[in-house]
Amino acid sequence: MFTPHTSQEVKEMLREIGVQTIEELFAKVPEEHRFPELVLPEGLSEIEINSELNEIASANASTDDFISFLGAGAYDHYIPAAVDMLLRRGEFYTAYTPYQPEISQGTLQAIFEFQSLMAELTGMDVSNASHYDGATAAAEAVNLAYHFFRGRRKKVLLSRSVNPQYREVIRTYMQGQENVVVSGDDENFDIVSNMDAFTERIDENTSIVIVQYPDFFGRIVDYTKLIEKAHTYGALVAFVINPTALGLIKPPGAFDVDIAVGDGQPLGIPISFGGPYLGIFTTKEKYVRKLAGRLVGETVDEDGKRAYVLTLTAREQHIRREKSTSNICTNQGLMALAATIYLSLLGKHGFKQVANLCYQKAHYAAEQISKLNNYELAFPNTPFFHEFVVKTPKPVSEINLHLQNHWILGGYDLSEVYPEYENHMLIAVTEKISRDDIDDFVAALEEVGHD
Amino acid sequence: METPKGLKYAKTDEWVRVEGEEAVIGISDFAQDQLSDVVYVEVMVSEEDSVSKGDTLATVESVKAAADVILPISGKIIEINEELAETPEVLNTDPYKAGWIVRMTLDDPSELDELMDSDAYEAYNEEREG
Repeated sequence: MFTPHTSQEVKEMLREIGVQTIEELFAKVPEEHRFPELVLPEGLSEIEINSELNEIASANASTDDFISFLGAGAYDHYIPAAVDMLLRRGEFYTAYTPYQPEISQGTLQAIFEFQSLMAELTGMDVSNASHYDGATAAAEAVNLAYHFFRGRRKKVLLSRSVNPQYREVIRTYMQGQENVVVSGDDENFDIVSNMDAFTERIDENTSIVIVQYPDFFGRIVDYTKLIEKAHTYGALVAFVINPTALGLIKPPGAFDVDIAVGDGQPLGIPISFGGPYLGIFTTKEKYVRKLAGRLVGETVDEDGKRAYVLTLTAREQHIRREKSTSNICTNQGLMALAATIYLSLLGKHGFKQVANLCYQKAHYAAEQISKLNNYELAFPNTPFFHEFVVKTPKPVSEINLHLQNHWILGGYDLSEVYPEYENHMLIAVTEKISRDDIDDFVAALEEVGHD
Repeated sequence: METPKGLKYAKTDEWVRVEGEEAVIGISDFAQDQLSDVVYVEVMVSEEDSVSKGDTLATVESVKAAADVILPISGKIIEINEELAETPEVLNTDPYKAGWIVRMTLDDPSELDELMDSDAYEAYNEEREG
């Protein structure tokens, strides 16, 4: 075991504490659990360990090996090589959230650019420097609303077509707040078929209404009336967005929503087992004092040169302590940088093109699948972006096993979290998928669809 | 440091100016000096609210701290100083006049007895300054 202390220092510390040996420090641990003997294999050489780890890693499959139609919150987009190249520069790679921030002008500038891009993408006034992921950003939206009403409004309304994991995280965040009731996402209460009934639930006790756009099932839903009703009662409205979709569809800012959150993973960040991802959080200027996390601003230094600073820090917990809206002080700096590089490489035109390719390819796939016997679209009359739900003739898990033999990762099995959608597959199509890939997928679905 | 006579002061550095049946509340010169540059004032009550002594009236953010303003008396909020949203710095420049925070009813005048007069408050500050 390596410890940086000399034996002399150890002795001094032990004497100060008043014990003789390090072992005595563990006296409170039951004896049978004290100093267990670890049965570890012999040490290996570098060559040996490399080959062993490679062997273990080769048991995994990745989207390099498979054609993937799996989305449901994480999307397999093409990532230009320059993203990783720039990201891994030592100046960025080693710099965690800066504790003496103004000395790290490069990091602050990158965050400032990220914020500007997110504000432009969503059409909102202000963006923070990011959160861990879409789920935690969504939970912070609820936090913001809770504090905006100083805890007086107890009702949080959630659409059932908000990502189920996000809804779970929101509930986890809210469990410590007194009497806050999170509802609206009951089984079978689909927002599209129950839009009026859902909107009816908004009242003067509602702090925030959270819907997804496009929703978890890929649908592009018109929330105009819901937003109007919420604002009539003074409640906030948050959209959970997919950034890629905003290359094509009307941004949340145009709907006068109060908060737009989402996962930035589609912006140049690999799927990589579910993280690290990137939480996007944007809002109206009106709420900037309640905004959690870091915020970088542009100013000039005493010589009149452009400079970047952390701004409005009095919101944050190191100053505001228990009165702050949130305990979040960190951000996903490196992932925010990845998104910034990705967007700047694609540019406005390229980004729209990616969104359009996703849309067109997904619609081609949906059309082909809907022609198959035994398969049909679950929401044939609702517009969608790059994800759609298909009713399948067999359990999705069974179909997906078959697809794997064709080196295809099938769509998401909705029955895992939506009991009402047994035999329903959520299919995502990104720009990476070719027409041939789709045709192969459709053929494989047809094959397994027969008895 | 100014400590006008005729006002009542709380240990938590709020002042109360009695005007007939009503009272005006703010924070003292000592408090604004300790906070340094005030950048934001968030009033936590609304007009018509019935409030009790000890409730949080507002949070004052400065460049180096965020501090609660505690209500030294009970009553009903009549008026909030809306100017503070745009010009929070008046808390620094004019804490006893332009920097007032709320006007409220004075429901229980005996609560004033628990507060300090200007002499007692000055002595209290000197003691804290050490």
